[in-house]
Amino acid sequence: MATYPRKTDATGLLGWVDERFPVVQTWKDHMSEYYAPKNFNVWYYFGVLAMLVLVIQIVSGIFLTMHYKPDTGMAFASVEYIMRDVPGGWFIRYMHSTGASAFFIVIYFHMFRGLMYGSYKGKRELVWLIGMALYLALMAEAFMGYLLPWGQMSFWGAQVIINLFNTIPGIGGFLSEFIRGDFVISDPTLNRLFAFHVAAVPLILVALVFVHIVALHTVGSNNPDGVEIKALKNEKGIPLDGIPFHPYYTVHDIPAIVVFLMAFFAVIFFMPEVGGYFLEHANFEPANPLKTPEHIAPVWYFTPFYTVLRAVTLSPFMGTVAMFGAIIMLFVLPWLDRNPIKSWRYRNTAHMLNLAIFASVFIVLGYLGVKPVTPELKEMGVRMTEIYFLFFAVIFIHSKTNLSRYVIGFVILAGAVVAIDFWRYNPDDAISAAQIMKQWIWPIGYLALTLLLPLVMKSCNAEKAVPERVTS
Amino acid sequence: MSDSDSNTVDVKRRRMLIAGTAVVGAVGTIGFAAPLAISWLPSARAKAAGAPVEVNISKIEPGQLVRVIWRGKPIWLVSRTDEMITNLPSNDANLRDPTSSVETQQPAYAKNPSRARKTEMLVLIGICTHLGCSPTYRPELAPADLGADWKGGWYCPCHGSRFDLAGRVFKNVPAPTNLVVPPHFYKSDDVILIGEDGGAT
Repeated sequence: MATYPRKTDATGLLGWVDERFPVVQTWKDHMSEYYAPKNFNVWYYFGVLAMLVLVIQIVSGIFLTMHYKPDTGMAFASVEYIMRDVPGGWFIRYMHSTGASAFFIVIYFHMFRGLMYGSYKGKRELVWLIGMALYLALMAEAFMGYLLPWGQMSFWGAQVIINLFNTIPGIGGFLSEFIRGDFVISDPTLNRLFAFHVAAVPLILVALVFVHIVALHTVGSNNPDGVEIKALKNEKGIPLDGIPFHPYYTVHDIPAIVVFLMAFFAVIFFMPEVGGYFLEHANFEPANPLKTPEHIAPVWYFTPFYTVLRAVTLSPFMGTVAMFGAIIMLFVLPWLDRNPIKSWRYRNTAHMLNLAIFASVFIVLGYLGVKPVTPELKEMGVRMTEIYFLFFAVIFIHSKTNLSRYVIGFVILAGAVVAIDFWRYNPDDAISAAQIMKQWIWPIGYLALTLLLPLVMKSCNAEKAVPERVTS
Repeated sequence: MSDSDSNTVDVKRRRMLIAGTAVVGAVGTIGFAAPLAISWLPSARAKAAGAPVEVNISKIEPGQLVRVIWRGKPIWLVSRTDEMITNLPSNDANLRDPTSSVETQQPAYAKNPSRARKTEMLVLIGICTHLGCSPTYRPELAPADLGADWKGGWYCPCHGSRFDLAGRVFKNVPAPTNLVVPPHFYKSDDVILIGEDGGAT
């Protein structure tokens, strides 16, 4: 047990507080004596930027709530009222709508940083899991927020998402009615999603961010070299390659925040809709349950998963399973990638290719999600979905740089792709069949690049020695 | 070890008490959650709004589609022309379920080639069976964007599902089943009641 009263070196007001609350120790643990690796690069800005956007969203959101009306009869008009009549209301609303997209941009970079440098390894699995829970909560938050303006896209987007639950066999009909509180999306639905958006989910987000950081500070930050800096310490117990988070990284982050805010406000002032990607055109029309817009696409940050949903036409339920499966797979990543080397700097080229292709495929999936379905793009969606899921198998195979493991992996995975094609192939449907014959090259080519290329080019399979200390 | 020794922990008893407390706590939590969860079910007002709807069909022109709302869903009433009806069987080869074999998609009295009580008057819930969008009415023959084989029907702008003029789904589209025919009956030659089967079916 601690002594009573608590001992403190602080005097005055700080001393008074420190006797009653461990303010000095907390400051030291997380700021002035939290030793972060000295070799952070530009990718390490996105964590702090995500926190900044969270603050922007919470503050702008609170002020929007003061003028918004969660009522199907008034919601759309109240948003227009904010835009036209509330002094500076347009600014607050554009901050909030741009902040939503900015949040996802920042988070996607933040997540890819984790992939590149293996930041989910070395007792950091929980940091990754909490982060993924945050990502899930963020998607729920964004989806619910999108219903609130009660525009056409709000309504029909929510229609599609809530009907995902409808596809669950047996309980689906009851479940979607339970979520909506009506036979259709209507006033009760808007009200409860409003409650979740402004109260429940933000609380969860803030709590998870707190836990995310506590977990991170317990194990320590990873870095671009994937070197554990705590392995080498000086006589005072300070990591040789560590520098105190404050003042070094607090000051270091300020220019990044300035650059980010310049881009952020440039969007708000000059192109708040970003050509219909941040704010969709159809959402400037009030919701009309009797008229579906010509072309429904979710906001850009959901489109990769939306393409997965559309690609799996086996049954609506399987489409839903595939879509949620695409997110769930990311959760288990720390247990799939078992290679002891963290950073891709020291992994083989095949692994780097794998990550680069995965990122590109994610972007292509996103692009396909905003496009109307044509036979060509539909088949491409199927192929990109295949690569998306194959990635997780390939990253598992890459855990060991064993060539026979690669060959066996290739045979099994390529076999699975071909088997699915055989099953999908229907000569009566000439257009789809032709597309299958044309686009099989995508997944097979992907597997060849990541699993067969190392056989031909030995340099592709060479791992480099991880240095003892961080570089530069 | 005696019971009177106050420093001795009876581990068994402690475990039992912890388990007991946890169970009581769980029951309490469920009891507290139940009324909150129940509040999510459709309210009395929402249920009342789901009452049947009467439609007068005498003014519907041949080929015209009329929309009414029942339970907040769009209901389509289409007065099909003779040409539309004679064209229906030509789609059969390209349909997933030409004979309306999925029982849940229509009442028994609409399980026939035209999926209607009276051949010319089609009554459908205008919501795609994929993910609930409302498909667009495209009665024209062979428009450029839908192909030369198009005999009229519905095209879903969300995910590209196609239905013929009896609400039957085509093959190789995301929607798995035909559009739903709601319960309805003719109160008289000109009046349809949507939402009830009308007893004698």
